[in-house]
Order: sequence, then structure tokens, then C-alpha cells
Amino acid sequence: MATLTLDAVRKSYGEREVVHGITCAVADGELVVVVGPSGCGKSTLLRMVAGLEPVTSGTVSIDGRVVNAVEPKDRDIAMVFQNYALYPHMSVYDNMAYGLKMRKMGRAEIRERVERAAAILQLGELLGRKPRQLSGGQRQRVAMGRAIVRDPKIFLFDEPLSNLDAQLRVQMRVEIKLLQQELGTTSLYVTHDQVEAMTLADRLIVMNAGAADQVGPPLALYERPATAFVAGFIGSPGMNLLHGEIAEGGVAVDGAMLAANGPRQAGRAILVGLRPEHMELAPDGPLPLRVELLERLGADTILHGRLGGNGPVMKARVPGTIEPTPGETLHFTIRRERVHLFDRDSGRRLA
Amino acid sequence: MSARRVVWIPHAVLLAGLGLVLFPIYVAFVASSLTLRDILDTPMTLVPGPEIFANYRNALSAGTISTSGQPVAAMLLNSLVMALAIAIGKIAISLPSAYAVVFFRFPLRRVCFWAIFVTLMLPVEVRIIPTYKIVADLGLIDRYAGLTLPLVASATATLLFRQFFLTIPDELVEAAKIDGAGPWRFFVDTVVPLSRTNIAALFVILFIYGWNQYLWPLLVTNSPTMTTIVIGIRQMIGNGDAQTAWHLVMATALLAMLPPIAVVLAMQRWFVAGLVESEK
Repeated sequence: MATLTLDAVRKSYGEREVVHGITCAVADGELVVVVGPSGCGKSTLLRMVAGLEPVTSGTVSIDGRVVNAVEPKDRDIAMVFQNYALYPHMSVYDNMAYGLKMRKMGRAEIRERVERAAAILQLGELLGRKPRQLSGGQRQRVAMGRAIVRDPKIFLFDEPLSNLDAQLRVQMRVEIKLLQQELGTTSLYVTHDQVEAMTLADRLIVMNAGAADQVGPPLALYERPATAFVAGFIGSPGMNLLHGEIAEGGVAVDGAMLAANGPRQAGRAILVGLRPEHMELAPDGPLPLRVELLERLGADTILHGRLGGNGPVMKARVPGTIEPTPGETLHFTIRRERVHLFDRDSGRRLA
Repeated sequence: MSARRVVWIPHAVLLAGLGLVLFPIYVAFVASSLTLRDILDTPMTLVPGPEIFANYRNALSAGTISTSGQPVAAMLLNSLVMALAIAIGKIAISLPSAYAVVFFRFPLRRVCFWAIFVTLMLPVEVRIIPTYKIVADLGLIDRYAGLTLPLVASATATLLFRQFFLTIPDELVEAAKIDGAGPWRFFVDTVVPLSRTNIAALFVILFIYGWNQYLWPLLVTNSPTMTTIVIGIRQMIGNGDAQTAWHLVMATALLAMLPPIAVVLAMQRWFVAGLVESEK
């Protein structure tokens, strides 16, 4: 049971700063997901918490104790790696027991702990096998097992599911969530997959180019993205972001007029964000889309179309029962509170 | 082309190659079972003779006049000690030095690596005079230490282990750090077990390298009791004073082949197992 506090944590390699001051408090038992595109510094952040990378400035504290100068093994953390990092020459049992052996725990207690973890993860049958004899999902479980036998203060996950196939990823995602809730261990989880992030997180940190664009619960980020980057990153398919400008009583996008809440500064250049799932079919709607491509998902269809026939490409989610033909023009509308406005230069949300 | 012919062609090629390699060894074997007089007959018979046990017993226990009656068994022992010391010594030195170069950040790390690398370009023969001087000054002439130490220090094995260590993923090192394994434990518990295949392969190569040493043992050993088998065979072959005892030379030559063959066979099982294991 522990808390994790990051205070203005920065990381530079020489002159180049890759993490620009992240501040975040992870409460006891909370699962916080750090999400962002590759190269945004999220793994570096996690590695600083683990003690595998020195912190350039700022502090990392576990349970109120600053651990900047503490060795990884003494931080009481456990980490699950992207490629699992299992010891290839050791059996599943030894892989899980190794960290306990290093801590000079008695044989009987090691056996008891490993067997308990194996039971939770359904690895009982596999304890004698070597990692190479296991499937990807089983290796993933062993990596989890190695973390939970230690009963650490904090779990760190570094993209643990990205080497699994799509179906297994969905299944393991659920298992990790259940396990974390059951154990109630404070966790920091890094991923580039926004669906994974949304489904797992108690709170999300969206990182962009080394900075935290927004921190908050998944739905808050979905409903009120603080920046155009967060808006485009969270949600699937991503939000449509179009160039537009503020006009009398709304916004003008490529000739179309939309009602919107926001500052009354007619003529100001902005980005207009419209979620595909908020686009509603309406025969006299202000957004005419000429259909170019359809992605049929069954229940829904993602429609790709050009605004006004030859304007920017937009996506709209329509019911699967509608079967438009490419070339046809459909009209959409969107409720005014669902129109997001962002500054075109800074990407910041406008009220 | 019929399927049958396709099967036969590679077999024929293999058999021809095998014949080329094995025939001289067979002739040596036949010669080791004859009396000297029978060997010197032309053409020499290709049927093994009755002297086989007498010849081998003679060679092992008494040697020949030209080796001052030094028994081959003693020479084999000398060679075995030398080859084992070189193989084990090289591996024991190169594992930790490669580990240091790959996994640790220390000042002059690159310099150290290049210094090791450069020694590759200096074979024993090139540095033989200074090496001899040092060994002589240390009083190691006619000792196993003098015979083996200068050959132990070399870069090949270090370089090979370095290449292998570079393929060990960083995450494994990090997982060990988080598990609480220090550098020494990581070396013993993870790096060495993972290197088993490489160690076995290197052991074979280095053992044969040590076994076949000629120039250095020739220089650094004077006493007949320190003669190695390779030098012994050379000494047995006529130097004018005495007639060459070809039957004993052939027996000795075949005996000299056995330890390397044994090492290859023993290690083969290891690295086949290792190859199967490391498959991902």
C-alpha cells in the first residue's frame, strides 16, 4: 500500500530535454496510465520511477520518501517489461522465485508465494517449463507473476501487452485490470494504445513531446480534452480536427456554419474538433459529406467523406443499417455543446 | 533427372570426400599394426598386421630412441595439461573481461576494448622474443606455467563473448537489477548459463589450438619430461642418427588424435543441446 508522487520530474540527455517536468500524485491503489505516441518520453518517465534512469531534476517519492538516489532493488517496485525479460534459462518457477531468493527469503515462504501467484495467474501446470516453451500470453502471465510474488509497493508496466496479438491483448487487459483491483497495488502503466489506456486507467496522463498535456479520469479527457493533441489521441476513431474560424453565432468550417460555444472573437483562426460518433445524420444538416470510403464494423460503419464535396476528409460514425454508396452526399449536424474549439497555434482548448 | 539419381549424387560426393579424408588415417592405422620391416616393404600391405598391441604398448610406455625413451603416455599428459590449461584459462579470463567491457561504464572503456582488440593482430610468433625473455626471467622455463600462460592471454575469446553479450537484451539486465541481483550474481546466474553454447564451442576450438601448439613449447621446454606430443612426434621422425621407427610414429600419431576427438564428441552434445535451447 503506497503512494507515488512525481514532482516536476525532468530528464535531459546532454542538452536535449526529453521529459519537461511531469507532476503527478498517484494515490494508494490507483492505476494511472501514461499514454502517448512513441517517443513522447513516457517510457523514460517510467524508467525514472523504476530507478533505471537517473532523474535530471525534480523528485520521485514513494510513500513520501524521495527515492531519486535509491537503487531499483531498494525501491520496493516490480516492473513488467514489454518483451517480458524472463530469464531464458530458468524455469517459470525460478523466474518468479529469483527476486525472492535475492532477498534471502526462506525456501518454504518462496514456495508458498510462488504457488499462490501461480494459482492466481493459472500458471500451476507450467511451473517446470522454460520460457521458450510458453506462448506469448503465458510468458506475459509469468512476467506478471514475477511482479506479484514480490508483493511490492508499486507495479510498473512498460507496454506489457504490445507484443501480443489483438485478441489476447483484449483478454489480458481485462485480467490486468481485475488483478490490479483485487490486489489493490498502486500502479503506473505505460502504453501507446489509447483504447488500452481508456479501459484500464483510473486516471490518465496524456504525454505529448515530453510534457503532460492533460491529467485526469478517462471520461473527463474524452469529454473535455485540454488540447487538440489530447482530442485527437483519445477516442477511436480520433476526433476530426478542422481549420475554421469564429463567426457570428458560431464557427465557420470550410463554408459550413456550425453553432458552437466559445469566445466571441469573429475572424479568429481556430481548430474545430468534431467527434465521429457525435455526427448525426440530418437531411438539412450544415455539414455535407461526399462519401469516399466505408469501414463496416457491423453495428456501426465509419464513413470517410469530404466536407462540401472536395474539402477536408472527415470521419463520421453512422449506424450499420445505413448503406450509403460512395459518391453520394450525406448531411450531418452536431449539437453545439459537442463542438470543441482549440487555438490554432497553441492547440489549447478555448473555454 | 530421375529422383533416384538425385539421391545418389550427393551420397557419391560425400563418400568420395570421406574416402579422401579417411584413407591416409587408415594407412597410418595399418602401419601402426606392422613391424618396421613390413612398413618399409614396397608396396606396403593395406591389411592390418599382428603387432598392433605390442606397438601401442611400446609407444605408450617406452617411446623411441630419438625421444630419449620418453614414453608417449607422458607426452600425452603434458599436451593434455597444456591444452586444458589454455582452453580453461582463456575462457576464465575472457568471460569476465568481455562482461566488463559490455556491461560496465568506466573511464577508458573504449581504450580497454581496443587494447584487447589490437592484441589480436599480434600472434604468438611476432611477440615470441620478448615473451620468451619474460618467461625466462620469471624462471618458468620447463614449467607448465611457462608453457601455458603466454598462450592464455589473447583476445579472440574476449571478442567472441563480447559479441554474444551485446545480444543480451537490456531489459534482462534491468529485470535483474529490479530483482536485486548485483553485477556478480547477474554474471553467475544469467550471463554464464546463457553463454553455455558459446563456452562449449570455444572450448573445442581452444583445446585443439592448445593441443596443436608447436613453436612455443619447442622454445620453452628443454627437459625431455616436458615434451608435448606434437613435438614428440616431430622428434621421432629421423634426424639421421637412428632409423625412424615408423610403426611407433604412426601409433603415436593416432594416439595424439584421440583426445581432440574425444573433446569434440563430448562438447558436440552440449552445443547441440544449447542450439536447441536458445531457439525462441
